Amino acid sequence: MEFPTQSSPHLPPSNDVSRLMVQVMLALIPGALCLFWFFGWGVLINLAVATATAVAAEAAALKLRGKAVLPILSDGTAVLTGLLLGLALPPLAPWWIPFIGAAFAIVVAKQLYGGLGYNPFNPAMVGYVVLIISFPLQMTLWPPPRGIDGDMLSLVDTLGLMFAQLPPADATLDAVTMATPLDNYKTQIGQNLTWSEIVSGPLFGRFAGYGWEWANLAFLAGGVWLWQQRAIHWHIPVAMLAGLFVTALLFYIADADSFASPLFHLFSGATMLGAFFIATDPVSAATTPRGRLYYGAGIGVLVYVIRTWGGYPDGVAFAVLLMNMAAPTIDYYTQPRVFGHEDSSE
Amino acid sequence: MITLLDTPRRFPGGIRMEPNKAQSLRQPVRPARLPERLYVPLSQHIGEPAEALVAEGDSVLKGQLIARSLSYISAPIHAPTSGRVIDIGDYRVPHPSGLKAPCIVIAADGADRSAATGMDMASVLAADPAEIRRGVRDAGIVGLGGAGFPTSVKLNPGPGREVELLVINAAECEPYISCDEALMCTRPVEIIEGIRIMRHALHARQVVIGIEDNMPGAIRCLQTALAATGAADIRIIAVPSVYPAGGERQLIYALTGEEVPTQGLPIDLGIVCHNVGTADAVARALLQGEPLISRVVTVTGAGVREPANLEVRIGTPIAELIAQCGGYTEQVSRLLMGGPMMGIALPSDALPVIKTSNCILVASAEEAPQPPAARPCIRCAECTAACPAGLLPQQLYWYAHARDFDRIQDYNLFDCIECGCCAQVCPSHIPLVQYYRFAKTEIWDLERERQKSDIARQRHEFRIERLEREKRELEQRRARARKALDRPKAGDADAKKAEIAAALERVTARRAAQDAAAKNTDNLTAEQRARIAEIDRRRAAKPDDAR
Repeated sequence: MEFPTQSSPHLPPSNDVSRLMVQVMLALIPGALCLFWFFGWGVLINLAVATATAVAAEAAALKLRGKAVLPILSDGTAVLTGLLLGLALPPLAPWWIPFIGAAFAIVVAKQLYGGLGYNPFNPAMVGYVVLIISFPLQMTLWPPPRGIDGDMLSLVDTLGLMFAQLPPADATLDAVTMATPLDNYKTQIGQNLTWSEIVSGPLFGRFAGYGWEWANLAFLAGGVWLWQQRAIHWHIPVAMLAGLFVTALLFYIADADSFASPLFHLFSGATMLGAFFIATDPVSAATTPRGRLYYGAGIGVLVYVIRTWGGYPDGVAFAVLLMNMAAPTIDYYTQPRVFGHEDSSE
Repeated sequence: MITLLDTPRRFPGGIRMEPNKAQSLRQPVRPARLPERLYVPLSQHIGEPAEALVAEGDSVLKGQLIARSLSYISAPIHAPTSGRVIDIGDYRVPHPSGLKAPCIVIAADGADRSAATGMDMASVLAADPAEIRRGVRDAGIVGLGGAGFPTSVKLNPGPGREVELLVINAAECEPYISCDEALMCTRPVEIIEGIRIMRHALHARQVVIGIEDNMPGAIRCLQTALAATGAADIRIIAVPSVYPAGGERQLIYALTGEEVPTQGLPIDLGIVCHNVGTADAVARALLQGEPLISRVVTVTGAGVREPANLEVRIGTPIAELIAQCGGYTEQVSRLLMGGPMMGIALPSDALPVIKTSNCILVASAEEAPQPPAARPCIRCAECTAACPAGLLPQQLYWYAHARDFDRIQDYNLFDCIECGCCAQVCPSHIPLVQYYRFAKTEIWDLERERQKSDIARQRHEFRIERLEREKRELEQRRARARKALDRPKAGDADAKKAEIAAALERVTARRAAQDAAAKNTDNLTAEQRARIAEIDRRRAAKPDDAR
């Protein structure tokens, strides 16, 4: 009897990229639901527009590049890029914000570099940064979280606002938006208010911003589940959170009036989303175990620096992109010691 | 000083796998039926192939030497049973290349006649280590764990080297393979005897049997045998069942915490490692006089009806073994020799069992599926976490893909043991091990090319030098010849005359000397004296007529 021959190993593979992506998407659900609860329909519309655009852009780019569209699209990475970008965008931004962001992320940041595995920068964060630099006004259109300052916008009102820039009948655009806690903190620190005065407002919730703290906890829960599922390693999230926490703690101890508490930094803005879902993007991150610690810690410190002294309210996107740049160098200098070798230095 | 750890140390990387050994361990090891024909390859080991000593038509006895080894790293081959040599020629053999190789084909006569004689244990243990090595070498024993390195070579630590520790590798970490486990339960006493012989040959201070902790039955069998043979100082240490715990370097690390240096060998640490099956073969060879003509083979997988461990004569076609295990099932899809992680895929079941065949895995499509299409590497570094050598497989892949053979060596490609962990965990299904094999082969090729071109360059340089030397010498000869020709022209008539005069003077002087010299005239007869006197007279009468 004759048999086909292949090279070892012969067992069915234990892992799969598509399954990995599906796990990440599942882990996003609690955080996404939380954002939806607090910020309304805009969250879902952003997700829908960004994801649809990402998939369409990926398909178009693959077709232009002469690649097989469906097998590559089925890896789920374009969908995930769309979802991550969608979650980061303000829920009342006009529809072309997620559209432009997702298209840029996929076409320029991913496909022009050669597609999955070849992009040096995190595509979703490239898309986000393009938007925040080009359209700073639209990128502030966050509604007040549920339970603060009036009723939630209905689906129809949200659609009208996002697709036709029509404010609801009895209100202006200003009336339906509100600065985020991070934004608020930045403006008020600039007005020489102390940290304790700032957090006494209702917008700051229990410890890190009304609504935001819950969303961050939900992303944290999803991230821990991902780690349990062995879809991500602990190094990057732990190092990033530790980097952020320790830096914030040092400044908070030094001057508790002018600097926000470490807890606020950990649970506001995109901290948890960034730590577990964005910084862990394997393609653009460092890959050695020790390198991932440096990489994560670098992001944590940069997030703090940008939030505290930078021109933008949140710093996750910039911090991730900056460390993306450093990743190859980090990898080179943090090669693990090879079994049976004296030490790691070449 | 090597100390055994009380708790085995976990080596870096590796993966926990389903053992899948139970199905082939349901029955004890049974001897396989003698096939009608045996195909015995001349190369079943690492090193030089053996040279056939028999010819077509020869009758052979079981255990008779039929091919001898010609170099140190080699192993002789013996007839697995009695019968007649019906062909010596190229047949397909189990080798990754799939190529044919020389085999001796024996038609068994069914009598299985042998002329084996052994030694008793006491005289083996009193024998000189060199004699034991010779016995092991003559028995054609090679490492039965899979690599097939000649055992006698590994029983020779070399001058000035002391063996602190003999490690008996019974870890058998690959899924499905259970031949060592079955052997340990079937012939534990022989194994212990073989270990004692090896220990004697090596003068090893300590002996340890390293075994995976998921084989409690085998551990019990060995413990009983140890107690029975009074070899209580041989230790058994169970190591965690993590693939590849049976890798030599991994096992040594787990047992001692010592890392075999890269490029080095265990003996550099004073450690020698032998497979447990090899110990059994050594005992058989020395105590029963039976060379390595059979081994235990696991026949398993969803593609065969009754998985089992069989005692198989070397050269038995695989199809015979399948038939004795109830034949193929409907699900049969692929045939592997060795385990699913490092084994080679066989193109046909006509191939014979050789000394290193530990397992015939008749896999179903679920067990060994067609590999899915590879996707791009996403640098998730799952491979890094799984690599027992501490390498960065994703970087190796990157440089192998880019054919950057300098950088790939910066990332220590040659520390890769091709265990397959990286490819197993890769979510992008990249056949990583294939890339590393490719890169290694390319680098070896480049190295050979470089050596060849070095030699060619040297030869070229020598030739240029020789040509120049010849030219130089020719010039010198010519110059001398010219000088010789020039000399008379340069001299004048007086010089010539002076030369002639000098020559004449020399001749006259010689003659005078001859005349003046004392002649041997003491014992001459009167007649002789008369003749001499006459000659002298004649000379005096015609002076200098030679002129």
